[in-house]
Amino acid sequence: MYANPQKTFQEMKTDIILCGVGGQGILSIATVIGEAATAAGLQLKQAEVHGMSQRGGDVQSDLRLSTEEIHSDLIPKGHADIIISMEPMEALRYIPFLSADGAIVTSSKPFVNIPNYPAEDAVIAELEALPHVLKYDIESLAREAGNPKGANMVLLGMAARFMGIFKPEQLRAAIGSIFAAKGDAIVEANCKCFDLGYELRQ
Amino acid sequence: MKKLLLGDEAIALGAIYAGLSGVYAYPGTPSTEITEFIQKDPLARERGIRSRWCTNEKTAMEAALGMSYAGKRALVCMKHVGMNVCADAFVNSAITGVNGGLVVLAADDPSMHSSQNEQDSRFYGKFAMIPIFEPSTQQEAFKMMGEAFDLSEKLGVPVLFRVVTRLAHSRAAVEIGAPQEQNKFNPATGKGWVLLPGIARKQYISLIEKQPAMAAAAEGSEHNRLEGEILRCAQDDRCAQDDRCAQDDRCAQDDNAPLGIIACGIAYNYVCEAGAKNVLKVSQYPLPEKKIKELAARSRSILVVEDGQPVVEQDVKALLGAEYKVEGRLTGKLPRTGELNPDNVAAALGIAPGKGFEPAKNLAARPPQLCPGCGHRDVYNALNKVAAEYPGARVFGDIGCYTLGALPPFQTLSSCVDMGASITMAKGAADAGLFPAIAIIGDSTFTHSGMTGLLDAVNDHSNITVIISDNLTTAMTGGQDSAGTSKFEAICLGLGVEPEHLHVVNPIAPNMEAITQLIRKEIDYNGVSVIIPRRECMQTLRRHSKK
Repeated sequence: MYANPQKTFQEMKTDIILCGVGGQGILSIATVIGEAATAAGLQLKQAEVHGMSQRGGDVQSDLRLSTEEIHSDLIPKGHADIIISMEPMEALRYIPFLSADGAIVTSSKPFVNIPNYPAEDAVIAELEALPHVLKYDIESLAREAGNPKGANMVLLGMAARFMGIFKPEQLRAAIGSIFAAKGDAIVEANCKCFDLGYELRQ
Repeated sequence: MKKLLLGDEAIALGAIYAGLSGVYAYPGTPSTEITEFIQKDPLARERGIRSRWCTNEKTAMEAALGMSYAGKRALVCMKHVGMNVCADAFVNSAITGVNGGLVVLAADDPSMHSSQNEQDSRFYGKFAMIPIFEPSTQQEAFKMMGEAFDLSEKLGVPVLFRVVTRLAHSRAAVEIGAPQEQNKFNPATGKGWVLLPGIARKQYISLIEKQPAMAAAAEGSEHNRLEGEILRCAQDDRCAQDDRCAQDDRCAQDDNAPLGIIACGIAYNYVCEAGAKNVLKVSQYPLPEKKIKELAARSRSILVVEDGQPVVEQDVKALLGAEYKVEGRLTGKLPRTGELNPDNVAAALGIAPGKGFEPAKNLAARPPQLCPGCGHRDVYNALNKVAAEYPGARVFGDIGCYTLGALPPFQTLSSCVDMGASITMAKGAADAGLFPAIAIIGDSTFTHSGMTGLLDAVNDHSNITVIISDNLTTAMTGGQDSAGTSKFEAICLGLGVEPEHLHVVNPIAPNMEAITQLIRKEIDYNGVSVIIPRRECMQTLRRHSKK
């Protein structure tokens, strides 16, 4: 079955930090990735934050995927392969967890609900100074695609090419399973957003 | 069959599969999802498992004990501070003992993600002298729930099940077996349940006599296991073959002997993540003393890794004596406060930290805040306006979304301590001469623990103004049913609040003038006043309008 028997023993892992502001839909991204991981027979651990922080505060989830057993529910510092963020400053919050060759995939549009939000130019400049950053105004793109609620699926599409552990079709199929109960139109709209995100290149 | 489950959901499903007949709980992060899962689960519905929210943790604990009395399996769920509320019933349930299996689940919150302290519920288990289960993984949580019920029935005692936020709110795949049948209705007999002093003394002796069986269960538990290279010590080849080596105290003096690690509950995951080998995993209490001594005999020193307070570290120090080196949170090897994580555990094991990027410069804290349009906002706007007119005014707060009124932009609150303390603290401060003493409490918190305090205030004719900010739900934990909905006026009148000093208002902008007038008038009344601003929570409103 395997051309190279050594391949079967090669461990593959992807550690993802999902972040944003409470109510932006990061947990839906986690749900889709979780579905794809389960379908692919991967190990998964996903630590979420519930409760008080969901009221407009910063929210974050550690999502770990591996072909082998995963021990810690939390990602150690410097180990994350990807930060997927619905908000640019929130992406910056977790860079101590990002590995040296890790990628940041983020919305470029600040969500300003605090009086002391830093200068937006400075936030973007600091992001741009990091290696492997893909950012886009995902909300506008989703709106133009006629699915304003699909911004998180655009972001997932953008992240897909950094997730070597999946083929994009696997994530697409997972969107189908997760949104199936809401009808074909919703599945189609979300898949379209995912595709738009996947095609984006900086 | 495998299912992707939150730790809380694995616990819930584990209980359902263990033949549960009733769950009794008050919502509290990070325990809420257990009861919510049972409320929605098809098998739980088919079996008619009782699952409605209770008024507080004490009523929950007592009702569960009653179900156990009748022979059925019952589960009580709460966040750690809920243990304080139900402590009377909890501690005494160990004295009465149980009939049907009784499991008390406490979800601790180290790092206080959503709590006012990080107390460790294992102290309660020790205090009540009952077994404690502390799973490391979602799979173990599912499996252990069945074992906890079995042990509870076998030994005739309640069992404490302790988890922390990072297990409660982390998802993983869990292998599910087949569900077992529920217990038959079989009420207890005998006088052991009547804790008059003469009977209680006998019951207490009986509880003490059960201690060796609890210890034996923990000692033999597969969840308490020595792992890795510790099975043989660094320099002595005999160890691998010779059990007696455990009694050989030479090893402990050998500097080349490995470091022994005791990893409790979720700490085990971080220890494994760091690749440590010489580990005693502890997930069932009382502590397996024999295994700890075995580890100690083969190690140069011991590091205790436990999330929460240094419960085990203290016990291990006492067990091994002053000469033996035991490290942990008390010695500063691990942080004294806050939750464990893979980084602080690796550091304690002498492993260099992972290298990420330096923390960003353009970063600001983003604290949670009241939702746009939330009725509590209007209440605080009104309160702030009126309170500014009284130089001595203090507003005593309580537990819920409205505690965010302590933060900017409102900064209204002077206190927030425990469920119900707003009313009683305002009363005590008023007794001492503070004026005006204002209490603000949510609807669910009021029925949880505010009503009794209001009765005290009425009986004392205390000069306080109580605001029951009623959003028709238990909002902070995600919108669970609130026990007192539609009953608040009747409750207040029944407790003796005078009808002319009980008011219900709608907290919306056009009513601000009238509301501030009313608050002013009631502050100036020398006695107990209750104002109930009532408007549905924005979160539940959004959900209801979707349906």
